[in-house]
This record gives sequence, C-alpha cells and structure tokens, in this order.
Amino acid sequence: MTENTQSDRAATPVATEDHDRQPFDFARWWDRVGILAVLLILVVLMIIIAPNFASIDNILNIARSISVTAILAAGMTFVILTAGIDLSVGSIVAVSGVASVLVALNGVPAPFAILLGVLAGAAAGAINGFFVAYMSLAAFIVTLATMIFHRGLAYTMTGGVPVVDNALNFRDFGNGYVLGIPVPVIVMVVVYVVGWFVLERTRYGRHVYAVGGNPEAARLAGVNVKGVLLSVYVIAGACSGLAGVIFSARVVSAQPTAGTGYELTAIAAVVLGGTSLMGGRGRIIGTLIGSVILGVLTTGLILMNVPFFTQLLIQGIVIILAVSIDSLKQRPLRLRRSVRRRGDVGGQPITTS
Amino acid sequence: MTTNPQPLLKVDGVTKRYGATLALNSVHFDLYAGEIHALMGENGAGKSTLMKILAGNEHRDAGRILLDGQEIEIRSPQEARAHGIAIIHQELNTVPTMTVAENLALGREPKGQFGVLDRRAMTRAAREKLQRIGSQIDPRRPLGDLTVGLQQMVEIARAISEEARILVLDEPTAALSRGEAVSLYRILNEMRSAGVGLIYISHRMEEVWDLADRVTVLRDGTYVDTKQKSDIRPPDVVRMMVGRSVDDLYHHEQRTPGEVVLDVRDLSGAEVGPASLQVRGGEVVCLAGLIGSGRTELARLIFGADKSESGEVLINGAAANSASPRAGIAAGIAMVPESRKEQALFLEHTVEDNIAISSLDRHSRLGVLDRPGIRQSVKKGMERLRLRLNAAQLPVSALSGGNQQKAALARWLMRESEVLILDEPTRGVDIGAKSEIYQLINELASRGKAILVVSSDLPEAIGISDRILVMRAGRVVAEMAADSATEEDVMFHATGTAATDNEGSR
Repeated sequence: MTENTQSDRAATPVATEDHDRQPFDFARWWDRVGILAVLLILVVLMIIIAPNFASIDNILNIARSISVTAILAAGMTFVILTAGIDLSVGSIVAVSGVASVLVALNGVPAPFAILLGVLAGAAAGAINGFFVAYMSLAAFIVTLATMIFHRGLAYTMTGGVPVVDNALNFRDFGNGYVLGIPVPVIVMVVVYVVGWFVLERTRYGRHVYAVGGNPEAARLAGVNVKGVLLSVYVIAGACSGLAGVIFSARVVSAQPTAGTGYELTAIAAVVLGGTSLMGGRGRIIGTLIGSVILGVLTTGLILMNVPFFTQLLIQGIVIILAVSIDSLKQRPLRLRRSVRRRGDVGGQPITTS
Repeated sequence: MTTNPQPLLKVDGVTKRYGATLALNSVHFDLYAGEIHALMGENGAGKSTLMKILAGNEHRDAGRILLDGQEIEIRSPQEARAHGIAIIHQELNTVPTMTVAENLALGREPKGQFGVLDRRAMTRAAREKLQRIGSQIDPRRPLGDLTVGLQQMVEIARAISEEARILVLDEPTAALSRGEAVSLYRILNEMRSAGVGLIYISHRMEEVWDLADRVTVLRDGTYVDTKQKSDIRPPDVVRMMVGRSVDDLYHHEQRTPGEVVLDVRDLSGAEVGPASLQVRGGEVVCLAGLIGSGRTELARLIFGADKSESGEVLINGAAANSASPRAGIAAGIAMVPESRKEQALFLEHTVEDNIAISSLDRHSRLGVLDRPGIRQSVKKGMERLRLRLNAAQLPVSALSGGNQQKAALARWLMRESEVLILDEPTRGVDIGAKSEIYQLINELASRGKAILVVSSDLPEAIGISDRILVMRAGRVVAEMAADSATEEDVMFHATGTAATDNEGSR
C-alpha cells in the first residue's frame, strides 16, 4: 500500500487481521461442513448397522417422515434468526390441519382447502407477530400462550375427537407421488429452496439477519424492524399451516392432537443446523441438515429395533453432542479475536462479542 | 505538595503492547499525596490503558510501579484496592437494582447471627460513609433511582470508606449536571486537603484548570511532559496533546456554502426544543454543548430516530417526514449514531453486510439483490476510507475502533445521502483514523453535502466546522463562526455563564 504515514498508522490494526484470515476461514469451513460431517458419520454408521438403510425406499421414507417437522423448522429458522422463538407451531399444525379437513369435508375443493390451511397458519402467526413486534412482548411467553390457545381451538373445532373420512379430497397431498417422489418431500424441497433464496438473495433476507444481529442498529439503518418481526412469525405460521395440511392428508383425518411436541423437534433441528438462538447468525441449509439428522436417527433406531424409550435417550444425547461440538469449535476463535481486540490477556471472562 | 520528596505513586517507564499496537511506550508519571494531577491526552493517547494497569485490570509488559518508593505488583483489582488505589470509572460499577447501602457494602456485607444479613448495621454504616463526603443520600433508596451524579457520589463514598490513598477519576463529570459537578469539585478538594493523591482524567480544559495542581500529557501512548499548572496556559496543553498544528489535523478547507439543504424549524421532542437550525450544502455545522444539553437528542429527532412532538424538518425546501429512521433516510438524511457498537454495527456480520445494509433498495430488483453491484459499491466506499479490501468478508467486530467507525461511515457514503449527521464521529478512535475521518468530512462538504456534527471535543468542533451552534438545556443558545470562535466562547454559552453574567470579559 503506497500511502502516506497517516494511513500507515491506521493500517496497522488491519494488518493484524490478516493473521486471522486463515483460522477464520477454517471456522467458516466448519460452519458449512461440520454438521454435514456429523450427518455423514451417522449415515455410514446406519448403513453398517442396518443393512437395508441405504435402499431408495428407505431414503424416501425418511424424507417423507421428516417433511412435516422440516417444514416447521424452515419457518422456525426465520424466527430464530431474529432472536425470537415460536413454541406455537405444533398447535398451529393441529388447528390448520383440522380447519382444512373440516372445509374439505364440507365440499370445498382440494386446492382451496389446502390454501385455507396455509392461510389459517399464517393468520395464527400474525397474532404471534403482532404481540411480539407491536406490543414488545417476549416471544417465548406470547407463543407459549398461543400454543395453549391453539391446542384448545383444535380440540374445540373437532369436539375433542379425530374426524376421520377416507373420502378426504386432498389425501394425495400427504400420500401421493410425483415421478416416484412423495408429494410431501417435493413440498419440503420447494419450501427450502424458496427459504434459502429469500434469506440469501433478497433484501428482505438481509433485513431478517440485521434485525437479529442488532435490532437498534437495524432500525437506525432504515430497516422496518417491527415489520420484519411480524413477518417472520407469519412465515413460521404459514409453514406450520402447510405442515398441518400435509399431516392431515397423511393420516386422512383431522387430529386435534396433531403436532404435539413438534415445536421442540423443529427448534432442535434449527439449533443442530448451527443457527444461533441469539439471532443474526445461521443458515437455512443447516436447518435442513439438522432435520435430516434427527430423521435418520429416528428411522435408524427403529430399523435397529431400539425400544422407543431408549430412542429418546439417544436423541437427547445426540442433540447435546452436536451443539457442544458446534460451540467448542467457535470458542477458541472467539477468544482469540476478543483477546486481541480488548488486549485482555489476564482475562476476565469474555462477555458478549 | 511537591515539597514532599517522596512521591506517593511513581510510574516508571511502563510499556504496554496490544498485538502490534504499542498502547503505552515507556510512560512516566508520579503523584504526590495531597495533589490533584490531571492526566490529559486525546482518545487513544493511552490514558485509559494506564488507568487499567493501575486498577489491576491489565498488566504492564515492562517498567515499574512504585508506591511509597517500594516496587509493587498490581495483578488484580483486589490487589489494587489492597494497595489503596480506588478507581471511579466512566461507566459506573454499581448494581442499579440494589439499594445504596447494599452497593456500599457489596462484597463485605455485615453478617449478624447465623450468617443472616444485618440490614440495620448495613444501613447505619452506609449513612456514616455518605456523611463523610457530606452527602445526605438515603441509603435505603435503590441506586438506580438516583441521578448519575449521586450514583457517582456513592462510588466516591465507597472509595473513601475503603481508605483509598489514591483516587483515580476517569471523566467523572461526563454525565453530571453543573450543580453535581460543583459538589464533586468540593469533595475532591476536601480529599486533596486530607492528603489523598488524585489522578484526574478529563477532556474539559476549564475543569482541569479549576482543579489540577499539575498536568501530564500523553500522546499516542508516549509520555509528552508534566507541567505545573502555574507554568502553562491551556493552549500549551492542547499543543502538547495534538502534537502538531491543529489546522493540519482537521484538514479544513475554505468552501463557499450553497443553498440551505437541511432546514429544521422549531423541532421539539420530549427533552429538547423547540430548536431551529439550518445547514447549507457544502457546510459543516457543529452542535456543541455539554453532555445532556440535548445535542444527541436533537440529532436523533432530525433523523427520525425518536419521535418529534412538534416542528418540521425540510430537505431542499421539501418537508421530510421524520417519523422514523426509514423516512429520514428516504428524505436523504443519514446518521452515524453516538455509540457504534450498540447503535450502528452488526458486530458478527461481515464488513460488507454492515456497509450495504442501508442501500439494498438501490441494489435490488423486486427485492432480489444485485450482489455483484453491491460488492462493487462496497469496494468503492472502502477504498475511499482506506479500509483494506480483504477485510470485506471479515466480521466487523474484528476491526479496530477506528476502522469500525469508518465502516459505519462507509454505509452512508454508499447511500450518497444529502444530509449527514455525525454524532461524536471520532470518539474512541485512534488519531490516524481521526485524521482520515476529518478528511472525509471535508471532502464530503466540498462535494456539496450538508453535514451536522455533534462533538464534545472542542478543538475538533472548532477545527472541522464552518459554524458552531451551542446548545444548552435542549435549546440552541448561540451561533458563531468557527474561524473566530474560541473554546472559551463555546464553553461560556454551553455552561450558561455568558447568558447570566454577560461580562464577555475575554
């Protein structure tokens, strides 16, 4: 750099950053590949232990079995990127599933019944978003309340019992195939492609990251923070609605208990995929990988005839392990960076970065 | 004071290095019992580093520290306290939700029987401690209910109760009202008479002149000189601090201002106004005044960061809807806020994302980003501010304070906003980056932008601007041309001295 002495001085701190480039790129590489490596190891293990694991049928089965929670997790990624949380997605699955089945059984054509389910989910999400964005309530509490409310609503709508009718007009939405691929899997892939595009390639996506990274800075940079907050809950709600319709179609009925506990699976998938609960950092592709890991694990354990109780034990351990690896790999780097920045060698604990 | 041959504290050739940066280079400093010794220097001069070493938060790389002639080690804040060194930080180290008494007893709560907290004894002890500095604060009140000034009194009471022999005050009046500052001075003078050695760090020249016996100046981590106050005058200190002719640093060029671009009419908000001001294209106007005089609040109202109650903002004669930052930005206003980490930057995001965030609408079609275009524009902005291009994909937290500030500025260069509001643009920035920021301000003004700077640094305010508006109690109380203004003039208006006794005897 041929500059005068003034800028040489300013360049000094930048020069030290060059040393950081190598390890930092390593961390980015890990960010992309780390969780994928976990998945690959898991798959190899499964192939060894369960011989028919690698069959096309089994793979499509796994894909179909994860589709509902994976779609929930896609919406959840948007919410968590803004440092929020949505506990109500499981209950929204039930409400929108029930709603779509009830209207379909009353003669509404399949496409409209499906659309209505999605819109019902979006509307439920808008309620969450309104309280989080415009009433500034904690997302945890708002969605805990709506989780309870919507479960109650689903029971109320069905009178507490499942509504089963084999003549359900959109049953193929859960059970059909296109070119040999299950419809829910196609829907899931579309959701992730769209989600990826929106987050990575659109202005709106950058605003989502900005709001999660630093809401006040986002506001002063001209981002419509409240609008973004509202929208991510609508997106999560719409995804839940879609998942609810698929679920109902799969089981050819309206189940008021549908989706119970799914919110936790979805959150687990997002976190497994490397998205920070503090917001602003993470990738939707990671969420998909996280969902697949959970699905592979469940299916694999079933193939191995592991009892259900033991399956839960193993799932819990895997989640903790994967998240620990994720934070371990980041820690030395973050430490090094802040040591240099603060010049703090004797070291109080590093607070926020 | 200096009749005592043995200094209470002696800092001898202390050096501290952060990576490649030499924060302190063989610095000398001594303090006698019963003196107030001012430590001065620009941001980044090394004052804070020296204080951190004395406080035990940092350890020196070389040199010696002597207390009463004995070499000592200060490895932790606990050790500093054991040596009788107490620090009153810029940011207070207290727990706002706890009561005054609880804060005063923090870490050494009196225990009654069975280890149960003896609240009554605690309150009594607190009252005694406060009375020693002549304060009537009720020890049972939650600390957070007190004004910052009173909270500071509590901290001082704590320091005194710990029998501190050396009291270090880092910008203690930064958040104080005038009255609070006056009672602080009284306490400090009493402590001096009682034989305590006080190290006083401040940017405010008149304060230093009121209080200090001696002045030591640091510049870029090196020791410049120590002078008896009686031997020098304020401009000498400024010269020692800056180390060069002020005009060189500020790059101020002669410009002919154009039409009025920013026109603020009777704008008022919760704590400010009504205030009116105008900034012409090609003009740099500085809002001066004490902390709390409403400068930042006014700047935020103009931009739309806070809601105004009445009044209007016009850009090029057209009403700008300053209801939100978004509206402000759309009208052509940009603001670099006061605290870049909390209000401007996304620390974990890349430098590129940080710079591009406010211009995405100009670089997208139907919401889809034009990524090559963005990269190109970001690159241009970074080049103009002499940010190394290979930093574009680094998280902005990896940059130094000065470079972070440049990234915050680059955001608005990319946006090409007509009006630029810069709130304390050089706070916490090293002198090299400072000079570059001044150069940029000058360059932008030359290209016809209207620039409004909030600055607490008087030499800076006078050096970079064309006009100075002084604020006090939420209103603009004086206007002066920068080339004829002096720091004293500004200070008179800022403190209200000029308005009340109207002597003008300078």
